Amino acid sequence: MQYYLILAAILFAIGLFGVITRRNTIGILMSLELMFNAAIINFVTFNKYSLAEGLTGQMFGIFIIVIAAAEATVGLAIVLLIYRNWRGIDSDNYSIMKW
Amino acid sequence: MVEQASVGVPFWILSVIVLVSGFMVVSLKNIFHCALFLIFCLTGVAGIFVLLNAEFLAAAQVLIYVGAVCTLMIFAIMLTSNMTSKKIIQTNHNAMVAFFGCMIFTVSVVAMLWITTRDGIWHMATELLPENNVLVIGQLLMTKFVVPFEVVSIVLLAAMIGAIVLARGEKA
Repeated sequence: MQYYLILAAILFAIGLFGVITRRNTIGILMSLELMFNAAIINFVTFNKYSLAEGLTGQMFGIFIIVIAAAEATVGLAIVLLIYRNWRGIDSDNYSIMKW
Repeated sequence: MVEQASVGVPFWILSVIVLVSGFMVVSLKNIFHCALFLIFCLTGVAGIFVLLNAEFLAAAQVLIYVGAVCTLMIFAIMLTSNMTSKKIIQTNHNAMVAFFGCMIFTVSVVAMLWITTRDGIWHMATELLPENNVLVIGQLLMTKFVVPFEVVSIVLLAAMIGAIVLARGEKA
């Protein structure tokens, strides 16, 4: 079991590194997908090895996939809108929502 | 009792694929190559799901992530096409801080897992997963998880309408 959990932890750390270091907003969204996948691996691993009654972990995995699809849709729509207004999608450039 | 000790050769191959292509996703200069490596990485995760007896989840992963989300990413990259040139620097100034932070996170999680496995405090399952995964998942979606199922479908509908409204712009 711990091999799968270590794999998920390293994948989550890679995604976190990408979220922090990317300037391109699409790169940030792709790194977020990596973090979602690490979470799903954890759910499925615990479902197999630690709580095998019912398939609750796999159900949560399905719900996470659906939520990630919705998040990618809205995120990419926002990226296109920002690109149309600013002619660029570097996350350093549009900081007007900071106060 | 579920067997615990060995994970076998397919796990190691798949984890090498997942980790190497995941690292490529966050480190390459060309964002289009990053999207292609993301497809590799998500396919490897689908293989991990097959190893974990989650066949339906692996199929959903391939269909939704590899088929839909990555295609959407590639469309967005092409629509914002002046960002893909190699001259533009893709990382910002806090790469070293992020690297050390992620290393600390990884080392602490691995140490925690090692200590808890050595002490044996995990609750281990005493039975195997049900054989017919897809049948059980379908029954659970219609009985125990029917309210989250409906809620998540409404969320997906709202996200779709929101994306259309956002991307349509002002003039239409």
